[in-house]
Amino acid sequence: MERLLFYLIAASLIGFGLLTVTSRRILRAAVYLFFVLAGMAALYFLMGYNFLAAVQLVVYAGGVVVLIIFAILLTHGIDHRLRLAPAGQMLAAVALSLAGIGVSLFAIYSYDFPKTLREPEVAMSDIGRQLLDVGKEGYLLPFEVVSILLLAAMVGAIVIAKGRKNKKQAGEG
Amino acid sequence: MIEGVSIQEIMAVSVILFFIGVYGFLTRRNLISILISLDLLLNAVALNMAAINRYLHPDHFQGHFFAVFIIAVAAAEVAVAIAIIVDLYRLIRSVDVEEVDKLKY
Repeated sequence: MERLLFYLIAASLIGFGLLTVTSRRILRAAVYLFFVLAGMAALYFLMGYNFLAAVQLVVYAGGVVVLIIFAILLTHGIDHRLRLAPAGQMLAAVALSLAGIGVSLFAIYSYDFPKTLREPEVAMSDIGRQLLDVGKEGYLLPFEVVSILLLAAMVGAIVIAKGRKNKKQAGEG
Repeated sequence: MIEGVSIQEIMAVSVILFFIGVYGFLTRRNLISILISLDLLLNAVALNMAAINRYLHPDHFQGHFFAVFIIAVAAAEVAVAIAIIVDLYRLIRSVDVEEVDKLKY
């Protein structure tokens, strides 16, 4: 049952991924991206990482996709069609991607991964304790660094997107 | 770990998604489309991290935390990139990569 579900999700991930990079309407590409991100969250749920799946749904599928759609509506109209790359470049990109997939799949399937012995349940309290721990395997410092990075990125985004007009008015006033 | 699914299969899905993203990154000519392809790349990497953590070291959380940090950094990156794109559109009325040459000379 879970196996079947995995294949279903994998097929939809690859299908929507292909649609995301080949669709000529940019708004549709963003919506296909949403399906890819939601499918990824479903895979995390299947693996038992409920917290990661929730973060993926809230931050990515909820936040980033809405941000991208806003950017599309602010720059292009809804009907905007993308220009295609030259045919030679497209062929080169297809060849490069296929070669990369071939090499990586060969590497993955020829490497002998150790078998998993057991599977402990992932408890939310364990995640929280380890994320905010300062001990040997604690991740408090990266956690704080990421929060500072988010703050800096938000301030930077506001300053950049505010534009010149406001600045000039502020200077005059 | 998913019942009856090996780690190779999950990593294969992640590899295929990664190179779909590479294809989009190379062929698209629009800054927002390139950003969308970049999100595909970051997601494939995060999936790989989580899968390796779950299958090979199930009693630790390192891969899980890296996936969470990738998501957070990607959100920050998308916010800044979209601010730049919107500002660029105000400046030159286009977000096509070939018309963006303000930093060229």
